[in-house]
Amino acid sequence: MNTKLETIDYNLYYGNFHALADISVKFPEKQVTALIGPSGSGKSTFLRTFNRMNDLIAGTKYTGEVLIDGIDLFKIDPVALRQNIGMVFQKPNPFPKSIFENVAYGPRVTGMHDHKKLEEIVESSLRSAALWDEVKDDLGKSGLALSGGQQQRLCIARALAVHPTVILMDEPAASLDPIATLKIEDLIHSLSVNYTIVIVTHNMQQAGRVSDYTAFFYTDETRTGRLIEFGETQTIFTNPKDKRTEDYITGRFG
Amino acid sequence: MIGNARGNEQKMSGRMIADKTVKYILFISAILSIVIVLAIAFFIFRESVQAWTEIGFTDILFGGIWRPGQDQYGILAMIVGSVAVTVGAIVLGVPLAIGSAIFLGEIAPKWVQAILRPAVQLLAGIPSVVYGLFGMVVLVPIIRQINVPGNSGYGLLAASIVLAVMILPTITSIAEDAIRAVPDSYRSGSLALGATRWQTITQVVLPAGKSGIIAAIILGIGRALGETMAMIMVIGNSVIFPKPLNANPLTLFLSQARTLTGNIAVEISYATGVHESALFATGVVLFALIIVVNVSARWLVNRQSSIQTTRQ
Amino acid sequence: MINQNIQSIQHKDSDIFRNLKVRNTSQNIWFSIMWLAGLITLIVLLLVVGYVIIQGGKAINWEFLTTPPRGGLSGEGGISTTLGTTLFLVVLTLLIATPLGVGAAIYLIEYGGEQALTSPVMRALIAIANFAVETLAGIPSIIFGLFGYALFVSALQLGWSLLSASLAGACLVLPTIIRTTEEALLTVPDDYRRGSLALGATKWQTLHKVVLPAAVPGIITGIILSVGRIISETAVFFVTLGGSARMPTSIMDGGRTLALHLYYLAMDTNAFDKAMGTGAVLVIMIILINLSINIVSNRLTAKIRGGK
Repeated sequence: MNTKLETIDYNLYYGNFHALADISVKFPEKQVTALIGPSGSGKSTFLRTFNRMNDLIAGTKYTGEVLIDGIDLFKIDPVALRQNIGMVFQKPNPFPKSIFENVAYGPRVTGMHDHKKLEEIVESSLRSAALWDEVKDDLGKSGLALSGGQQQRLCIARALAVHPTVILMDEPAASLDPIATLKIEDLIHSLSVNYTIVIVTHNMQQAGRVSDYTAFFYTDETRTGRLIEFGETQTIFTNPKDKRTEDYITGRFG
Repeated sequence: MIGNARGNEQKMSGRMIADKTVKYILFISAILSIVIVLAIAFFIFRESVQAWTEIGFTDILFGGIWRPGQDQYGILAMIVGSVAVTVGAIVLGVPLAIGSAIFLGEIAPKWVQAILRPAVQLLAGIPSVVYGLFGMVVLVPIIRQINVPGNSGYGLLAASIVLAVMILPTITSIAEDAIRAVPDSYRSGSLALGATRWQTITQVVLPAGKSGIIAAIILGIGRALGETMAMIMVIGNSVIFPKPLNANPLTLFLSQARTLTGNIAVEISYATGVHESALFATGVVLFALIIVVNVSARWLVNRQSSIQTTRQ
Repeated sequence: MINQNIQSIQHKDSDIFRNLKVRNTSQNIWFSIMWLAGLITLIVLLLVVGYVIIQGGKAINWEFLTTPPRGGLSGEGGISTTLGTTLFLVVLTLLIATPLGVGAAIYLIEYGGEQALTSPVMRALIAIANFAVETLAGIPSIIFGLFGYALFVSALQLGWSLLSASLAGACLVLPTIIRTTEEALLTVPDDYRRGSLALGATKWQTLHKVVLPAAVPGIITGIILSVGRIISETAVFFVTLGGSARMPTSIMDGGRTLALHLYYLAMDTNAFDKAMGTGAVLVIMIILINLSINIVSNRLTAKIRGGK
């Protein structure tokens, strides 16, 4: 299996604070990888490394390497990188624009202005995000008028519209009800055929249900996040090598 | 024991009475603002009645000649003067103010913000007569250098520049507030899609903050229409329709003018009878103009938000 | 399409790469323009403040500050009586406006919500009161002047006097005091109120023992802001205070504030140097006022952070 994303001895600092330490890991292509671990263990920070959203915070420094398709990610223009790596946030964040404009936003800012093509992209993205049937007659409606679950699927459609190869998801179902959560999980499944997906989740069952691989993050009093264990989800959940992973999965702390 | 309980009761009711009394006193101060607004409307209007009835509505509003000595009280030239100088100030001041607001809210590094923000605050606090004096001493002599017959330096150009500087801090700080009020999740959403920071500003942040930014501009227009002393000091105060001084239409801006506010301030201290009443009528027109501006702003903002149909 | 990989973006001939260059260039150009806008704003300030203080500073000396204006076309004399008049007017205006403004704010924030529930009339009144404060804040100062002239100077026959001027001035600064006090009250956490009410304190006891002390820095900010507005204001006092350069001895006397004096010097005399000197005094006062507002509001934020 090809490796899509890779880090080698990756360290991240916010000013003097050592946020992530010595992370070396390879995420395989077109698979779902779950990042799990207690709050503050650096999962989300690690996730945002891949589309360089951490760059936006003043005072971040890093050492080590982060590769996408074998290329040093920090040598790529961050704007170009983000066209190739979509992101879905913890709280649905559609723009205060119509559904159509939300999905067409990415293609538009990256230079697509042919309305016919935009329509095609909007439809196919909404279909891929399993939202088309619910909104097809109402594309002019504000994205903010949708329910929470629909908003999150709209955000997924919006991310798909720029044709990324990787989708980063930061607890995408954290603010949704159980039924909306199930829909998102089904969607993640079907998207993994075409996309490499990395998902941060606090929910063990969810990690078990949706992911092929799991990375367990942990932190001690220093509050520096470390990768403790990485492997196939099956193995991590049934036969963890590290005591801390086992304790976390069986719910002894977290 | 019983006596004690009764004592407590009395103390209790004393506290309750104090509580009630205070409430009524506070209520009266809260209502006072309504009283003042009504009183202002009432007195300004009452004093202007004589002018409206004796001179006539259309003769005041559309009359081109203001000659109190000859009982001519047309204020159209002043309306044109006020509007012209306000438009001039908006054209010069708004782009700079919105640019500064975007710069402060989205682009400037922290240390630059720490210098620029107090600077904007200080600009807002400088008395208008100081701006007027600066205009008289610095701007007017520079403008006088433009070699056009009849150009005194005093006029629309000097007044527009002074006014633009005066509305700059108002618009900048309110527009910046509106920009900073846009949730960060919109910005990260846009950046994560591969938009540049500038695209994010123009296509997400500014549209989302539009109503606040429009409100800022409207407030600026209100301030511009209402400015008095600085205008008197630099606009020349001739009661004439602003017109180009020669064949070049741009020389219109070198023309002198008088604003509605200036008309009131310059003449009120010695006016009597109809003349005085006509000045109050000028005040009514100014007031109406500002209300029109504010209402249309509110309408614009509401229309905007109904398009966005946000749901909380 | 979906299988575009990262190399295609890196490739110099790709559409994506070209589009990216265009977008980054456009961002650089626009960011430069925004920097320029910020810079121009700063330069405007330095120009106005710098010019007035440097040119005006030449006229300022002990004699200028301590002798009264002597009038005449050459604008002889100093500014002592105008300083005194300004001080009188500030104190008198605030004595009127502060209790009313603070009281109104307390009512609108602390009682308004519950009183609005008691009857539709109350609800309407409170809504109208809020609207009235907003309206007052938007009325141009010359209108306050006209109003003061019509009501206080003429109808009530108070004449051109400190009293007329301070009453009109109080109307002008009332919305400022109300708004800043309201903001200060809103930052006081509700837990403070619940805690005190739960101990059996009445609403007023809760307010003046718990809520108001916490809101004091905000209220002071409002008062300092108002001081600045009164010092800067000219139009209102131009038509209510007369303009006599003598020192007022009672609140029924007229007078001339610093800002008014500057106006008279600039318009009726050729003493631009003295006008500039007066302007410099005004600007220095405003700078001091802004500094003290920043100190007070920093203390307020520190207090709120400390309270949490």
